[in-house]
Amino acid sequence: MNAPVSPAANSYRNQPDERGHFGAFGGRYVAETLMPLVLDLEAEYRRAKADPAFRAEFDDLLEHYVGRPSPLYYAPRLTETLRAGAPAGQGAQVWFKRDELNHTGAHKINNCIGQILLAIRMGKTRIIAETGAGQHGVATATVCARFGLPCVVYMGATDVARQAPNVFRMKLLGAEVVPVTAGAATLKDAMNEALRDWVANVHDTFYIIGTAAGPHPYPELVRDFQSVIGREARAQMLARTGRLPDLLVAAIGGGSNAIGLFHPFLDDPTVKMLGVEAAGYGLDKLHAASLAGGRPGILHGNKTYLLQDEDGQILEGHSISAGLDYPGIGPEHSWLKEIGRVDYTSVTDDEALAAFQLLCGTEGIIPALEPSHAIAAVSKVAPTLPEDAIILANLCGRGDKDIFTVADKLGVSL
Amino acid sequence: MTRLQAAFSKGRPALVAFITAGDGDTAANLDALVAGGADVIELGMPFTDPMADGPAIQAANLRSLAKGTRTADIFREAAAFRARHPQTPLVLMGYANPMVVRGAEWFAAECAKAGVDGVICVDIPPEEDAELGPALRAAGVSLIRLATPTTDSARLPAVLEGSSGFLYYVSVAGVTGKQQAALDSIEQAVARLKAAATIPVAVGFGVRTPEQAAAIAAHADGVVVGSALVDLVATHGDAAPAHIATLTSALSRAVHNARVPA
Ligand SMILES: Cc1ncc(COP(=O)(O)O)c(C=O)c1O
Repeated sequence: MNAPVSPAANSYRNQPDERGHFGAFGGRYVAETLMPLVLDLEAEYRRAKADPAFRAEFDDLLEHYVGRPSPLYYAPRLTETLRAGAPAGQGAQVWFKRDELNHTGAHKINNCIGQILLAIRMGKTRIIAETGAGQHGVATATVCARFGLPCVVYMGATDVARQAPNVFRMKLLGAEVVPVTAGAATLKDAMNEALRDWVANVHDTFYIIGTAAGPHPYPELVRDFQSVIGREARAQMLARTGRLPDLLVAAIGGGSNAIGLFHPFLDDPTVKMLGVEAAGYGLDKLHAASLAGGRPGILHGNKTYLLQDEDGQILEGHSISAGLDYPGIGPEHSWLKEIGRVDYTSVTDDEALAAFQLLCGTEGIIPALEPSHAIAAVSKVAPTLPEDAIILANLCGRGDKDIFTVADKLGVSL
Repeated sequence: MTRLQAAFSKGRPALVAFITAGDGDTAANLDALVAGGADVIELGMPFTDPMADGPAIQAANLRSLAKGTRTADIFREAAAFRARHPQTPLVLMGYANPMVVRGAEWFAAECAKAGVDGVICVDIPPEEDAELGPALRAAGVSLIRLATPTTDSARLPAVLEGSSGFLYYVSVAGVTGKQQAALDSIEQAVARLKAAATIPVAVGFGVRTPEQAAAIAAHADGVVVGSALVDLVATHGDAAPAHIATLTSALSRAVHNARVPA
């Protein structure tokens, strides 16, 4: 079959190809048992996308249940504080997309609404999910309660311990939380266990993946559901300032909040983008920066940058933020890095912790540790840009879940 | 005739036996499988994230990696096995990333050099064949694909295309080492697969005892046993070979005689 001549042939927004590949990345690297299911999901997603009723229900839930659109906020005191340390005439304006104000406190719910509607369309009666920080687990448990479906959440035992409030939230919402003790007992191990459950229960179970990774069509559909962030932000920024931002900044675990913000801007040539990985203790020590410190490989259904040794064994990621310590990254980011459309950097635990405190003190907003990585990157970049430049960062989660971790790091006992 | 073809041309069903490389005394474990009458040997390549495996083989993977098993060690074991046992086919089974990390051509060449007859890769479906299949075929190494209860007749030709050696039927939708599927469903599936395949059909996942193996061998060309053998390594460590030989003997007797009228 000839490829159709698309008017958007030069677009950065027409990935993946029909086999789920983003350039050399992505794909469907799953066990044969799952393959027919993944193909069914793709077919159903195509139908849903073309169905105005699906779109209408998704939009309605986002508005009335999630609380969208989330505000676009100019952060005056953070801007001034960063400007104070900048050379004359420099110090960009800092704006935030306030997805931490969503129901359940993070961007994760946008995706969960979309996926549970798909699950219902497919007649699935049981939902499973993996979670790291617990935000995706809470969001999944929430939509399961809302639609009356049983929910099992796999969570690394290490994360169960460091994200106790979210574990309790999931239980209150009626989910079963299964601690996973394999490996380092964090997000990647939770994902392995969720895949094992899925393989054994394909007939009735829908796997709600929490980030823009996994086998095709997950990276695409998670991106599409999260793109509400960027679509709103683009329209809001135009309405408020009459122009587009100069730089977008977002933290990256698997990359869903980042791709959700970036994707609607990819074809705007004046808009630069910066994805921020977790450098943990430092890039020469334990970290979770797959693009900075990894190589392409195959894990969890897709080909992408992975932290791995010479034999292809996967290395454990580390970050102060449980939502970022995954040794991989969504395949679209691997592609965007290779083609150079998006820049990627990384921020250490200590830098993220300082940024966390900075936002608390300057704006009266307690961010999650994940977007604290984005804020840390903003703190470095803003002073290098002119005063009239606009930086838009994704404030993708609030910090309630992290106060124990932060207190611990600051030597405070609660 | 290739070694794999010969193993399935003995006029009786074949026993396919799995152990994990680097778990216990690999050379002695392999020799015990041969001594016990295994017709084909699957050597598991350990991986940090064995997402299609149940607790027994997961643990074997982690034990092996904790001992420092490297890919080079596995090829050394394979080559040494080939020197000791020129006739017994050896198949590597594992996950994609360790196989493709140095390039598929490198992996295929190492397989050929070490006398490895075939490769089973859990997470490369036919849709992603380009990742590994062409390199293996060019090197003369069989790509052995998996069919499952979810592989319908429409999909089956794609699964068979480009595969050789045998077709591995995973009898339960699930991970290794869990319960066995109902025998009548296996019987039906094998009949369907054999009607479509020109290569032998071996059935695995959840087969632990000689009785189960015999019941399956009444229909299938081969029976795969893994977790039950791996459990022996977990329990007996370096003393496992004697136990492996005993279980393998019982299994091979049961499989080989499954169609002999009593
Ligand atoms: C608030 C928040 N931000 C970011 C992430 C990282 O995920 P992603 O990169 O998919 O946005 C998480 C994951 O748990 C999270 O909870």
